[in-house]
Amino acid sequence: MAPKSPPKATLEHSQSASGSAAAHHVEERHYRSGPLRWLLTTNHKEIGSLYLIFSLSMFMIGGAMALIIRLELFQPGLQMVQPEFFNQMTTMHGLIMVFGAVMPGFVGLANWMIPLQVGAPDMALPRLNNFSFWLLPIAFTLLLSTLLMPGGGPNFGWTFYAPLSTTYAPPSTTFFIFALHMAGISSILGAINIIATILNLRAPGMRLMDMTLFVWTWLITAFLLIAVMPVLAGVITMMLLDINFGTSFFNAAGGGDPVLFQHLFWFFGHPEVYIMILPAFGIVSVIIPTFARKRLFGYASMVYATASIAILSFLVWAHHMFAVGLPLVAELFFMYTTMLIAVPTGVKVFNWITTLFRGEITFETPMLFALAFVVLFTIGGFSGLMLAIAPADFQYHDTYFVVAHFHYVLVPGAVFSIMAAVYYWLPKWTGHYPDERLGRWHFWLSVIGVNLLFFPMHFAGLAGMPRRIPDYALQFADFNMASSIGGFLFGFSQLLFIWVIVKCVRGGVKAPASAWEGATDLEWTVPSPAPLHTFETPPDLRGFKFH
Amino acid sequence: MRKMFTLAALLASLDSSYSISHASDWNMPVGVSQVSRDVYGLHMIIFWICVVIGLIVFGVMFYSLYRYRRSKGAKAVQFHEHTTIEIVWTAIPFLILIAMAIPATATLKDMYDASESDYDVMITGHQWRWQYDYMGEDVTFFSNMSTPREQIAGTEEKGEHYLLEVDQPLVLPVDRKIRLLTTSADVIHSWWVPDLAVKKDAIPGFVNESWTRIEEPGIYRGQCAELCGKDHGFMPVVVHAMEQEQFDAWLAERKQEAAAEAGGVDREWALEELVERGEKVYATICASCHQAEGQGMPPTFPALAGNQTLMDDLDRHIDVVVNGVSGSAMAAFSGTLSPVDIAALITFERNAWGNDTGDAVQPADIQALVSP
Repeated sequence: MAPKSPPKATLEHSQSASGSAAAHHVEERHYRSGPLRWLLTTNHKEIGSLYLIFSLSMFMIGGAMALIIRLELFQPGLQMVQPEFFNQMTTMHGLIMVFGAVMPGFVGLANWMIPLQVGAPDMALPRLNNFSFWLLPIAFTLLLSTLLMPGGGPNFGWTFYAPLSTTYAPPSTTFFIFALHMAGISSILGAINIIATILNLRAPGMRLMDMTLFVWTWLITAFLLIAVMPVLAGVITMMLLDINFGTSFFNAAGGGDPVLFQHLFWFFGHPEVYIMILPAFGIVSVIIPTFARKRLFGYASMVYATASIAILSFLVWAHHMFAVGLPLVAELFFMYTTMLIAVPTGVKVFNWITTLFRGEITFETPMLFALAFVVLFTIGGFSGLMLAIAPADFQYHDTYFVVAHFHYVLVPGAVFSIMAAVYYWLPKWTGHYPDERLGRWHFWLSVIGVNLLFFPMHFAGLAGMPRRIPDYALQFADFNMASSIGGFLFGFSQLLFIWVIVKCVRGGVKAPASAWEGATDLEWTVPSPAPLHTFETPPDLRGFKFH
Repeated sequence: MRKMFTLAALLASLDSSYSISHASDWNMPVGVSQVSRDVYGLHMIIFWICVVIGLIVFGVMFYSLYRYRRSKGAKAVQFHEHTTIEIVWTAIPFLILIAMAIPATATLKDMYDASESDYDVMITGHQWRWQYDYMGEDVTFFSNMSTPREQIAGTEEKGEHYLLEVDQPLVLPVDRKIRLLTTSADVIHSWWVPDLAVKKDAIPGFVNESWTRIEEPGIYRGQCAELCGKDHGFMPVVVHAMEQEQFDAWLAERKQEAAAEAGGVDREWALEELVERGEKVYATICASCHQAEGQGMPPTFPALAGNQTLMDDLDRHIDVVVNGVSGSAMAAFSGTLSPVDIAALITFERNAWGNDTGDAVQPADIQALVSP
């Protein structure tokens, strides 16, 4: 992949060219101080931090909603909340975690690390970068404010199937649509910026096949975003028209088609779930070689597998709709394409494991999270393979088995990868190592909590518990109690995560430029913490042997 | 393919031999139809495939983590890319998937063949109850959850079939091919009975088709599987499968009741009589949105108690109930409630919770309106 040992001369070149310490000092004096600085910043590192802080805040808010759900489901019967509010919680939890926590988390990492990994001074479009971030707090403030509006917030699930989300929706739905439009624009602009940066600002001598897998997976993810976010924008605009302007896109009584909504939604939605996992593949593919002190087994096949998954993601959407009554041929087509995804996904898992084989492995916190990712994501992959079998899916569909499946790929999948990335790059961001002992506590509590939370859901689903219900039959009681206990353990463990981050920002063991012994990528050639401006003159990598 | 099913059966028996309690407490039910057994077989095959792959993959992984730790003095051996291995680990999963797709395709084809049915039942989803219509038999009724609200609130002890019991189950004969036609009157619902391995979305404007042939008499319970609003968790499905003779007797009885019901339209009803009947209709059909005391849940579900717009305008009130309100959650009830029930319901609403209009709406008038 990237340089095994940083090209010394190049590094010095870039350092001296980016100016002496004095020059930096003069330049930085021009920066505003206080909140306005953060509002107006165009620096990729500052915007990256803003994204990450935003993501973490949304993770805590969405998590608090999950805990309300788990509290209600702790026992059969309605104890804490009424069904209307329960539905608002499940909906908001999903929307906030998907659009507010996971996606901005990955964009934050992209902002920080892509310029550093390709040797660029900043993102290609810094002002656009500022705009795409600041759309998010506005969008999510608006989205959260719907909870206080008459009739309550969105209560139709994060998939907002029409006509429940149109004719039968609360009045606040128009605000929900507006919020989602803003989040969507933010994603599209962010994706444009990432593509422009990767394709135009790579250091001289770095070909596409020399990039780190994190950069590669983000390049592919950004194309997915540009392809599907407009579809989401289209479908919510059709909802807007149905609700406010008397059209009948999704209203059967007016000649419309509720199933059309689902086709459009999932044509966006399935690539969307890969948008939330491809960057995770990239992160893990960077961390595992570092701590195994060994090159990634198959760099090229990882790139091709990622691209295959991305292409397949456009051909599988209706596997979310096996029960809507598709024609047999369509059902078979989507079953086969969905099963096919297991092949490139398998290639990835085999590559990670072969990278570990005959390595020299140490278990620092980022590695622990990355290894847990491989195991638990694979479990989520297995249940995904089961769900692909259409006849069996009639039994799994819309049950807790599905809830277990997508939480395994999203929580110990995507979220763990973000945590691994944070532990991995905190030394670069702050100049300090995160507290290893607290990190381990955070890891073990999270890994136990997350499995206690989501594993019993497989059983509850197979035994017949539908998802999105505020109360359940008595035979599901034990599984739900276990899940709730796991949920609280996992939820409160995240306070430890915040503490580790705060502690690391404030101080700790000083990290050198190359903070991890086995790390070889370009970001480890700049000092820790990374100065505000890096690679103002690109490092010259011509003639450098990456592989 | 035959081999695959034998394998599945073997693995399934393995599974049940060590399961701690009744299989369906932990696992998918085997069910009571050939299709449900086929589906269970597919589920178990793919499950064991995943287990075996998992054991191998995680086995190698944990071996590597244990064996190649730096603390044990491991030294990294730099090797990468091996074409043969990479082809093998792409091809093997591909072959396994093809082997899996063959029986899955056969089962799916079978599930889609609803031809030559003995009985056809139209299932209509409503917020939040099911309606069953025995097509060609003139028998139709609603199936409401019968679990008392006190049990849900926790003021009463929960019964054995908490949330999975209804006032009138779907009654079906065993060993007959039943074609199930699902549709919806409002939002999307999904009709699901795990023991039959039937789950089909009920979508407004669409009629979906599925079928079952139940092999054992019994009571099979399921739930609505698609989020359909506030009381999505409270619209169970109960199927009562019985022998043909019992079913015939039951059907005859229902037909008689329907005939008796139709007779009520022609006579003059007293106010008290209408209110008494209307109160029951209100409790099962209307109270989930407009609430027990008619206070509603504004802004989505308007209050009926003290609703002057309706109380001052009887025709408007009748119009709302009969035809619904376009573009809102208020459904048209002309197709789902009998003229007697509609008349009784409107009379009740106009004479309850301080709405003292004294109006008595006659079923004959509604009948004239619905089918002029």
